[in-house]
Amino acid sequence: MKELVTVKYLKKYFSTPKGMLHAVDDVSFGIERGKTLGVVGESGCGKSTLGRVLLNLLEPTSGEVWFEGENVAAAKGKRLWELHQDMQMIFQDPYSSLNPRMSISETIAEPLQIYSVYESVRELDERVDELMDIVGLARRLYNVYPHELDGGRRQRVGIARALALNPKFIVCDEPVSALDVSIQAQIINLMQDLQEQNHLTYLFITHDLSVVRHIADDVLVMYLGQIVEQCAVEDLFLNQYHPYTKALLSAIALPRVGEQKKRIALKGEIASPINPAPGCRFAPRCMYSVEQCTVKQPQLREVAPGHFVACDFAEEIS
Amino acid sequence: MNNATPLLHVKNLHVRYTTDEGTVHAVNGVDLVMKKGETLGLVGETGAGKTTTALSILRLIPDPPGEITSGEILFDGHDLVPYSAMKMRKVRGNHISMIFQDPMTALNPVLTIGDQISEVIRLHDRLSRSEAYGKATRMLELVGIPADRMGEYPHQFSGGMKQRVVIAIALVCNPLLLIADEPTTALDVTIQAQVLELMQNLRTELGTSMMLITHDLGVVAKICDTVAIMYAGEIVEYGTLQEVYNNTRHPYTKGLFGSIPKIDVRERRLKPIPGLMPDPTHLPQGCSFHPRCPFCTDQCRHKKPENVLLYGDHFAKCYYAEDGLQ
Ligand SMILES: Nc1ncnc2c1ncn2[C@@H]1O[C@H](COP(=O)(O)OP(=O)(O)OP(=O)(O)O)[C@@H](O)[C@H]1O
Ligand SMILES: Nc1ncnc2c1ncn2[C@@H]1O[C@H](COP(=O)(O)OP(=O)(O)OP(=O)(O)O)[C@@H](O)[C@H]1O
Ligand SMILES: [Mg+2]
Ligand SMILES: [Mg+2]
Repeated sequence: MKELVTVKYLKKYFSTPKGMLHAVDDVSFGIERGKTLGVVGESGCGKSTLGRVLLNLLEPTSGEVWFEGENVAAAKGKRLWELHQDMQMIFQDPYSSLNPRMSISETIAEPLQIYSVYESVRELDERVDELMDIVGLARRLYNVYPHELDGGRRQRVGIARALALNPKFIVCDEPVSALDVSIQAQIINLMQDLQEQNHLTYLFITHDLSVVRHIADDVLVMYLGQIVEQCAVEDLFLNQYHPYTKALLSAIALPRVGEQKKRIALKGEIASPINPAPGCRFAPRCMYSVEQCTVKQPQLREVAPGHFVACDFAEEIS
Repeated sequence: MNNATPLLHVKNLHVRYTTDEGTVHAVNGVDLVMKKGETLGLVGETGAGKTTTALSILRLIPDPPGEITSGEILFDGHDLVPYSAMKMRKVRGNHISMIFQDPMTALNPVLTIGDQISEVIRLHDRLSRSEAYGKATRMLELVGIPADRMGEYPHQFSGGMKQRVVIAIALVCNPLLLIADEPTTALDVTIQAQVLELMQNLRTELGTSMMLITHDLGVVAKICDTVAIMYAGEIVEYGTLQEVYNNTRHPYTKGLFGSIPKIDVRERRLKPIPGLMPDPTHLPQGCSFHPRCPFCTDQCRHKKPENVLLYGDHFAKCYYAEDGLQ
């Protein structure tokens, strides 16, 4: 049980006109080498911010991120640059994450050039060709610019770029959401193959719970900057303890006619991440909330072996 | 408005992009009919031409490199293709709204979220500044974003939050036809369900028709009446939700269903459709799906199949559609 990445008390706050926005608020977890940790949660709950802060692309407000014995959160300048060779990110938005003035081949070659991986142009070109093959981009697209590509092909460019340096750890921020289901399946198979061959470790952010179930070993459920439930992926589908997780799983749209689940609709006002009120952040929308919930912040605790939940009434409502 | 004429009737639409690397045949003879009040799901492979079809209806294809080379787009009986830019702007402002796939194309990076939504409301409803701001705040809350975030700029919002702002903006216009290009891909399932309900309410209250472009077959099952499956610039299967899902006839559609990860069991490997999507500058002869089709025969390689009409309006572009594929 060797963790490649260990995150401790990580926080990222943004200052906004209305006050401090708690995007990631005291999050701790670990990912074992060769495993995939899935991250799910409401849109805007801090998943992408968590991914960026993990790699120190955004400077954390406080906390530690240990990677192979080194605190990435404290790394700076050249050392951070070196670390990024081993830690890469596939970005959520295939539109704005590619430089519009660089052709596809230039985009994929860029990290290889920045890190001077190859001495000869021939080797560099060969690697770019190889990467384009791996992610299924036709050679015709070599000199094409991002605006000429559809969403799916753009996302493949992002994946090829992230794979270029043979990293050990990749934060995958919605890497397949923009793709159709067949290409999704291809890319997921590809990512799993690469993981097996190279012992890659992934933090995999997605909204698609069937994708999480397929690819992740463990899963974190986040709500407004905090972890509300954490367990092995199989356990999550067997038994959810947190009321938010229950609502989340009940809202899955099944690809079958007339077989929609009874959705637990979340009512009430959504709490703001700006200067959040004390107590449980989900309380305003929780159908089980009692006075205690609005006063005292529930701590993450183990309710079943390996299954952690931040709700003081988890057992009663389960 | 005459109730017998369909709201939208796209006839034999062809669109291409001329690039240095060759001519991209993005849309190759699309026929589509949408009745009033209907929700159509447009599903298909990345690069199949879904966005291009949608942009053609709004006449927003970037020209150059893009061009509608032939076809008609009848909106409430009037062909939009020959419309002037000015006339088209009116159609877009009043009758057809689009939620763009990339939310940033619709958002102004230097205006606050609140100002952007109220601006649209003011243009549309002629309300006072403060009334419009109030309505904008309610719209933002309807898509699940607290009111205290009205003063922020787009870059301070997460991907899904930006998408929701764009949805809010499209909904304030009360269009006859709403074209939504992947409106919920960046949203988690709870917010997604909420947004879909909002769109459905719009439909029951105002009779809005919606073209929903998505690759999420679950979302389609939840809210669409009819489904069109697109491959290499053509509609290869079309029918009611029930028909397309439970009586699937085109091998491509079958392949799509086969590649979705199952929520109830964990498989070791997913089963994508074999092969790569065709190069739109060099589409294969015959049926464009034939190189990837497990049922391909000689005639598929040489001659393009016509639509085979099945039960009701259901059709599939496949020689073997009638027999049903095993
Ligand atoms: N640069 C920034 N300045 C201010 N606030 C920000 C900034 N970046 C993110 N935020 C805020 O931090 C919170 C978390 O955003 P983040 O992008 O991490 O969410 P997310 O979980 O990835 O959402 P989604 O699923 O929609 O992508 C949001 O409230 C967002 O508005
Ligand atoms: N401005 C452009 N210049 C050149 N080619 C383009 C342009 N826009 C789109 N294309 C090409 O036209 C084809 C259809 O693209 P379109 O964006 O309509 O696909 P899509 O079905 O919406 O795909 P996705 O699901 O990935 O969004 C693709 O091959 C794409 O690369
Ligand atoms: Mg995100
Ligand atoms: Mg598109």
